[in-house]
Amino acid sequence: MPETLAYSAAVRSALELLLEHDDRVFLAGEDIGVYGGAFGVTDGLIDRYGPERIRDTPISEDAIAGMAVGAAITGLRPIVEMQFSDFVVNAMDPIVNQAAKLHFMYGGKVEVPMVVRAPGGGGTGAAAQHSQSLEAWFAHVPGLKVVMPATVQDACDLLLSAVADPNPVMLLEHKLLYKTEGPFVRPKAPTDVTEPLGSARTTRAGTDATIVGYSIMAVRALEAAEQLAERGIDAEVIDLRSVRPIDHNTVRASVRKTGRLLVTHEAPTAGGVGAEVVTGVVESDALDYLLAPVQRVCGLEVPMPYARDLERAVIPQVEDVVDAVEQLVKA
Amino acid sequence: MGRNARRDPRSLPARVLTNMWRIRRFEEALEELFSRGMLHGTMHLSIGQEATAEGACGALTDGDFITSTHRGHGHAIAHGGDPMLMMAELLMKDTGYCRGRGGSMHIADVAAGNLGANGIVAGSMTIAAGAALTQSVTDSGRVVLCFFGDGAANEGSFHEAVNLSAIWKLPVVWLCENNLYGMSMAQELSTAGGSVANRAGGYGIEGLAVDGNDVVAVHDAVKGAADKARSGNGPTIVECITYRYRGHSKSDRNLYRTQDEIDRWRDQHDPLARFEQRALDSKLLTEGDISACRAQAAADITEAVRQALLQPDATADDLLESAYA
Repeated sequence: MPETLAYSAAVRSALELLLEHDDRVFLAGEDIGVYGGAFGVTDGLIDRYGPERIRDTPISEDAIAGMAVGAAITGLRPIVEMQFSDFVVNAMDPIVNQAAKLHFMYGGKVEVPMVVRAPGGGGTGAAAQHSQSLEAWFAHVPGLKVVMPATVQDACDLLLSAVADPNPVMLLEHKLLYKTEGPFVRPKAPTDVTEPLGSARTTRAGTDATIVGYSIMAVRALEAAEQLAERGIDAEVIDLRSVRPIDHNTVRASVRKTGRLLVTHEAPTAGGVGAEVVTGVVESDALDYLLAPVQRVCGLEVPMPYARDLERAVIPQVEDVVDAVEQLVKA
Repeated sequence: MGRNARRDPRSLPARVLTNMWRIRRFEEALEELFSRGMLHGTMHLSIGQEATAEGACGALTDGDFITSTHRGHGHAIAHGGDPMLMMAELLMKDTGYCRGRGGSMHIADVAAGNLGANGIVAGSMTIAAGAALTQSVTDSGRVVLCFFGDGAANEGSFHEAVNLSAIWKLPVVWLCENNLYGMSMAQELSTAGGSVANRAGGYGIEGLAVDGNDVVAVHDAVKGAADKARSGNGPTIVECITYRYRGHSKSDRNLYRTQDEIDRWRDQHDPLARFEQRALDSKLLTEGDISACRAQAAADITEAVRQALLQPDATADDLLESAYA
């Protein structure tokens, strides 16, 4: 019988399991100790595991990520937190030039098993430097994996899988998801979970159109599908879960069934992950099944504004997805 | 004196001198191979800086780690790396250290403690801090020696890494190879305060400046810093003043310094000549010993090149599977 848990508590439960079962695991980041992290994810962990394993760091994102690379290649399993994913800009060298490259560049003789957790996304009124969705940057880098859990269960399970992976993994959590609640089956050990990174999940079966989203837009896509059902449109919803690698096969199979495709993400349209999802379809025989042009419902091409109505205008909402799918089905 | 040299039964001065000559002969061999069109890309030679690499690595204990820079051939050899595997890498062989994926700027031998050369200036500094954290939390008794250049001292990563190492008392030795120029920019123009060692005070740690062309001085300074790090007393910055005779890379036309300056360093401060004279004066080595060291180094590198040329070429067959572990 699943319990009901908040997303942030599910992340914490994964961290607890890892700290409990693997001496190599430690956490590091800004204000993750007594403060409990800017979003409370690590609340209380320092009391149980101490300051050696729950490491408060200076405000030094470059050093946080670079230190994780050095610790990972010498045998530890660092899980580091960027307080806001926007701050990862200060850590791009260790992530992009170091973590992503060392295994390849050093001839396969080293592994970099590190996880960077970073809260992203808008909707909190935090404006342009605390609201971005930067996944496309990392999705463009061979050597990285990029995971964006939408559900409470995945918040735990994909983190466990990310730590088990021998490669560097960016785990981007949407800030608005932290307080969402959902059913949760608590794993007893990290090894109970064998979710492969890079597999999408069909969260609603349907026949009229395929909606592909990830992170918070997978949640909004599901809400949109329920509203569409009331209007007689039966949408299939795919939660991509991972944006590198992308599970193109699940998307293609769905498009072959529905003939219509809409991709949605909060990040701006241009150069976004959506383009890659669409291309995965049009480069395959699934193209022949399309009954209408594909659609993208994504963030507007502006920095995130502060005022509530402006912010709402920039971020795709449930009704935006509903309207777009209606148009798509009518076309 | 790396791992290979430590197995060498000859006297310590003979091993040190041979290793410095190995570094020089290795890079001279690269120059020749490059001029014959047998290498790809560019390379950064450390000819003139051999005493810093050898003195620093010679002060380490088996099991200690290094991180290296884009000018890292000397570090790898001094740490005990196999010149044949390095040469094979540069000659684009599948059996080279990085299977032809890394080349000159990315020689690594992680299993042996060389955590790798890095093409990003100061890129290895935060990595060294993390590797040192591992030693600290596992009580391994090992230290990490991080080579970086004078140019790296003006990167933000320098500050973040040194600060972290100081507040966490990490077992790391920050080894600055100050060869007076960051590519073309003179250190006196690029570096406020003029000294990297003096910056240590701002972090509440010790900073030393030594003659980087004096292999004994470098050894002694690093030995002290490594002992201190090993006993839990945190990091030290050791700034070694040295000089590279060759340009920054193959594109360098030496427009930013004079030939007189280069000649003066080479004729009056050469680290190999100085150590040979010192060993003669103090009767640690004879003229015959010195000739034997030179001959040994030359033969080692000739053999390394010969063997490397026989290795199979790097192949693209499994390239797509190589980006992920």
